[in-house]
Amino acid sequence: MFRTFLIKYGEIAIKGKNRHLFEEALVKQIRHALSKVEGEFSVTREQGRIYIDCLSEYDYEETVEALQRVFGIVGICPVMKTEDQDLNELGNDVIRFLDQVYEEHGQTFKVLTRRAKKTYPIDSMEVNSELGGRILDAFPDMRVDVHNPELLLHVEIRDRIYIYSKIIPGPGGMPVGTSGRAMLLLSGGIDSPVAGYMIGKRGVVIDAVYFHAPPYTSDRAKQKVVDLAKLVARYTGPIRLHVVNFTDIQLYIYEKCPHDELTIIMRRYMMLISERFAALDGSMALITGESIGQVASQTIQSLSVTNEVCKLPVFRPLIGFDKQEIVEVAKKIGTFETSILPYEDCCTIFVAKHPVTKPNLKVIQRSELKLQEKIDEMVETAVGTAETICIE
Amino acid sequence: MEAYLDNSATTRVTDSVRDVVVRTMTEDYGNPSSQHRKGVEAERYLKDARETIAGTLKVSEKEIYFTSGGTESDNWAILGAAAANRRAGMHVITTSIEHAAVRMPMHRLEEQGFRVTYLPVDERGHISLKDLEDAICGDTILVSMMFVNNEVGTLEPIAEAGALIKKKNPSALFHVDAVQAYGKYPIYPRRMGIDMLSVSGHKLHGPKGSGFLYIKDKTKIYPLILGGGQQKGMRSGTDNVPGAAGLAQAAVDSFASLKEDHMHMLALKERLMDGLTALPDVTVHSEAGEKSAAHIVSAAFVGVRSEVLLHALEDRGIYVSAGSACSSNKKLPVSPVLKELHLGPELLESTLRFSFSRFTTEEEIDYCLDTLRELLPVLRKFTRK
Repeated sequence: MFRTFLIKYGEIAIKGKNRHLFEEALVKQIRHALSKVEGEFSVTREQGRIYIDCLSEYDYEETVEALQRVFGIVGICPVMKTEDQDLNELGNDVIRFLDQVYEEHGQTFKVLTRRAKKTYPIDSMEVNSELGGRILDAFPDMRVDVHNPELLLHVEIRDRIYIYSKIIPGPGGMPVGTSGRAMLLLSGGIDSPVAGYMIGKRGVVIDAVYFHAPPYTSDRAKQKVVDLAKLVARYTGPIRLHVVNFTDIQLYIYEKCPHDELTIIMRRYMMLISERFAALDGSMALITGESIGQVASQTIQSLSVTNEVCKLPVFRPLIGFDKQEIVEVAKKIGTFETSILPYEDCCTIFVAKHPVTKPNLKVIQRSELKLQEKIDEMVETAVGTAETICIE
Repeated sequence: MEAYLDNSATTRVTDSVRDVVVRTMTEDYGNPSSQHRKGVEAERYLKDARETIAGTLKVSEKEIYFTSGGTESDNWAILGAAAANRRAGMHVITTSIEHAAVRMPMHRLEEQGFRVTYLPVDERGHISLKDLEDAICGDTILVSMMFVNNEVGTLEPIAEAGALIKKKNPSALFHVDAVQAYGKYPIYPRRMGIDMLSVSGHKLHGPKGSGFLYIKDKTKIYPLILGGGQQKGMRSGTDNVPGAAGLAQAAVDSFASLKEDHMHMLALKERLMDGLTALPDVTVHSEAGEKSAAHIVSAAFVGVRSEVLLHALEDRGIYVSAGSACSSNKKLPVSPVLKELHLGPELLESTLRFSFSRFTTEEEIDYCLDTLRELLPVLRKFTRK
């Protein structure tokens, strides 16, 4: 029954002179999200508001779900849009609205008018009381409660008049494309897709690197990562996914370095290679799903040894999260079910029974000297032979 | 080069099967239940298919019921027969190495209050007839046993078991899961004392989603799928004409050269087993010669996890299946069948299955052996410490 949505956005409104840039980005993201929804929509920006008009038949649930994945949106309000005729006509519209939207009419309510069109002949307080009276006449079981109404009826008087009572929460954050680009180290696990989602939510365009180790990891494991990237891309927009064949490097480290240092040295080379792709894609930071103390390679000591190879800032949005908190977000954004499919990933195939938990940078660097002969060439090969998949 | 050695998982549909499937999908696509000519035409395919298949088993075409495949046939035979005969007794016998399509319905029967005896097997997967004899009692209503084990290829003593059951308790029904055997071995239910026989089409170059259950005339069994009353009300649902016609064509092709194909696959098995035994640290689970199926070889490659070897072979165009999957971080259940063979953990986690069809060549076997010879030493160098 609704033909129009009013989009509320939060943080953008406070961005001062950059405001229009953020609004334009949000409009672009909304249009992109709606391009995947059946139906024709027009998205317009006027007077600090974004309106979506549905020009054809459309599916309400599908549309709202798509909008709920657009970062920057704080609230989605299905509105009734009417022409400004007179107060009596507006009263009729309000009653028609309540009649259509609500099956029962026994709730407490309050009318909240916003008179953006200052030429409107009467002020908002008067409109409130006039409309409140009409509602009480039409629905005798409804009662006014100005402090804690069950139904808050918004009436916005602009060039047209907008009536709404429902604000469906959006994901918040900032529109993607307003905060630069970053490279996500994506594994098949629970954490990294969540990390990508969280940084994407701050308006960052996401690309990703995945380390593949055939024959130790299977094509299904790779497909799982592609699927995860697709799920993250529903929020962040298109992702360039670089699939790096890491087997040779891993086996070389296995042969040359102490076994309990394998994971940490491997992680250092993953960071190094990820930075190479970041440079190619114009990414300004790396993103990982690490959280303090979760596994041996995520102790503070390990994190700092891994961090040492990077020149770019490394964002770890989950650093203070418990596993349970991460799982909750993963379930909310729909990546959890895919993440728990039981395929081996390259971090676990050769993991030592007792990996170092407090690595010493000097010791690690000394071990890495044993890789000198071939490692640079192997890194070049890994970067050069990576497969890039464009995830829409 | 490509070597598809996973024919016990599924097989390639042959051209002759494809042709009849396409024809019944695009030209003679009628619904046999329709009263018009299109329906009558389609019905003829169904009737012919039933006759053809009945002929391969030397049974009556009235005893063939088309299903969606092996799993449905097994489920129907077990659950349908148990439900129809529960007043005669609440005891059922099966083996401990059945396919999940038999094992899971057995668990369902246990939930319903049936007593289920699982016959143990020796290290090669054979049940003992003595155990079977001891297990059969007055209230045994059903014995379900597979013809060829799908994981190691063991041939169970079906004819002997059939005779024994009929001798000791003539009212007990004998169901045989012949999914891995039909089209590879001559099977004569009447002579072998079999009351019900499950078959799947895609294991013998037929289409997926096709299969049948042979039910001996006058066997007491309830239908599982109710609806429009097709197949004498025993298995409702619009008749899958392409499936039935494709399966019948596949059966014709398989039985046309059954003996020759058998000898061919037996030679391949011998070739592969000889090659494998010559490799260090390889244990072949399957028995040589006629004691186990000619198209299945199961072997363990100690020191290499089966999943890794599978993917390394896949990389060279060789397709096999892993007997068990045991990943490092999450413990997946090891194949319950292999476990029954009392293999140690180092064998369990390194077992692969190679399975042939009549189209498998010596070159494919040699290529597979050469590749294994090359890969194994490299893969064994890198293991989890």
